[in-house]
Amino acid sequence: MSAAPDPGAPWPGPFVRYDLIKELVVALGVVALLTVALTVLFSSPDDPPVTIQSWARADPSDFVATAVTELAGTSEVAEYGPPYTHTPDATQKIGPLDLQSAAGVRIPIDTAQDFVLEPLRTIPGSPRLQFAVGSYEAAAPRLREAWIGAYEAALEGAHFPRQQAVVVPGGRYGPVAPMMAALLADAQSGGLDGVLLAGDHRFYQTNYTKPLLFLSGGEYFEERAEGQHLLGTQWGMMNETGSYPGQVWLWLYTFWYQIEPFLESPNADALVFALMGVLSLAFVCIPFIPGLKTLPRHLRLHRLIWRDHYREVES
Amino acid sequence: MWTTWVRERAVSSLPPEKLLPDRQPSYVSSWIYVFGVATIAALVVVVLSGMILGLAGPAWWHTSSLGRFFNGIHLWSVEIFFFAMVVHLWGKFFMGAWRGGRGRTWVTGAVTFLIAIGAAFTGYLSQQNFDSQWIASEGKDGLNSVGIGAFFNVANFGQMYTWHVILLPVAVVALVVWHVLLVRRHGVVPPYPAKGQK
Repeated sequence: MSAAPDPGAPWPGPFVRYDLIKELVVALGVVALLTVALTVLFSSPDDPPVTIQSWARADPSDFVATAVTELAGTSEVAEYGPPYTHTPDATQKIGPLDLQSAAGVRIPIDTAQDFVLEPLRTIPGSPRLQFAVGSYEAAAPRLREAWIGAYEAALEGAHFPRQQAVVVPGGRYGPVAPMMAALLADAQSGGLDGVLLAGDHRFYQTNYTKPLLFLSGGEYFEERAEGQHLLGTQWGMMNETGSYPGQVWLWLYTFWYQIEPFLESPNADALVFALMGVLSLAFVCIPFIPGLKTLPRHLRLHRLIWRDHYREVES
Repeated sequence: MWTTWVRERAVSSLPPEKLLPDRQPSYVSSWIYVFGVATIAALVVVVLSGMILGLAGPAWWHTSSLGRFFNGIHLWSVEIFFFAMVVHLWGKFFMGAWRGGRGRTWVTGAVTFLIAIGAAFTGYLSQQNFDSQWIASEGKDGLNSVGIGAFFNVANFGQMYTWHVILLPVAVVALVVWHVLLVRRHGVVPPYPAKGQK
């Protein structure tokens, strides 16, 4: 029995002529032609973004229902926990490890102030609206809750003439009804998009955290995503709009969300992240993991890859 | 001088006949080796099309047919890049390509794959369309749940765009260069022993 070549030593066997530069140039040409062909055939998807304005115009009922929960502090964002709010017991954990809390509230969001009250204060030429905002802020918390509770209940019987205004049956809503009507009008005019983006009074702005979080609280945003097969239960963000491949390389990350125990776990995001962290580390460290580093030899797929070599050596 | 030491070390580690050889071991004549160079070729197209897209700013491709064309080139070259890289990685796994002191070659390739996922993810976030909005809305929950979202805010377009056009591409290209230099220095891993060899 002859000795196999030492993989760490120079190859003692035969060589063939090889031009690495030529190989790269040919590959570059082929890939460039392939991308041009795919672009001409399929182009790329570009579904326009949802704006606060388009949301408020298309589904004013959902907009007002969401806005009132932001004012009440009962929305998903208002009770999110770090990095947006200090809500107790809202974080995800990996066993006893609470990394979400450890990172802290670094992007503070006060949904009532940021999404409703501050934007309403910027609407000019309406003393009655400003009086309503002042009355709301001066009221005791229990009275605010009563107003909001009554208004939320009344929304079921509300109607939206020509989708341009909200009209609720008479009731004891205090200043909440005129505030919501004004916020809807502001949103439909496009004013709220600008105010949410320029909330910190800067001319230049590239941070869309506030408008995006506001949008994500409504059903309209999610229904549009569902129509484009983008929900987490539909393999989520590895897809993209239209029939395009999307981020297929995220298939394993997305896969865990489809099965138990992650599917119903309140800590699903943290657990999937931790699992993928461990798997990624193992992937990088394969050459140093006993059993795994010698596995390919036993799988014998290398005989297919190097079939010409083995045929020659073994004949 | 330390500069002399660096030059001498570089030349001794990678002499021209190793860096750009005109011959390779005979076992290299296999289809699997195509995917390594295809990955690099796709990366070149990704970077070039990304640079063209960046010339007129991130919103250009929404309003220009030429911009839309280059966005298509960027998208499809990324898809080819990942396809070629995944086949290349699986091939290298089945070849046990880390044998013979080539552990760092595998590690740099694997880390490149992971960082490229981040580069693509921030690219999807930088598109300024519904995909970007939804991916940010979904992605924030995973990142926030382990504390990363407090520092890496997927809803902050400015932050994501910077990571996408500068930080992550530089990391990917640097790692690919390092990976290729390691391949050239250590050579292509030889086959496992044939039948009758020990």
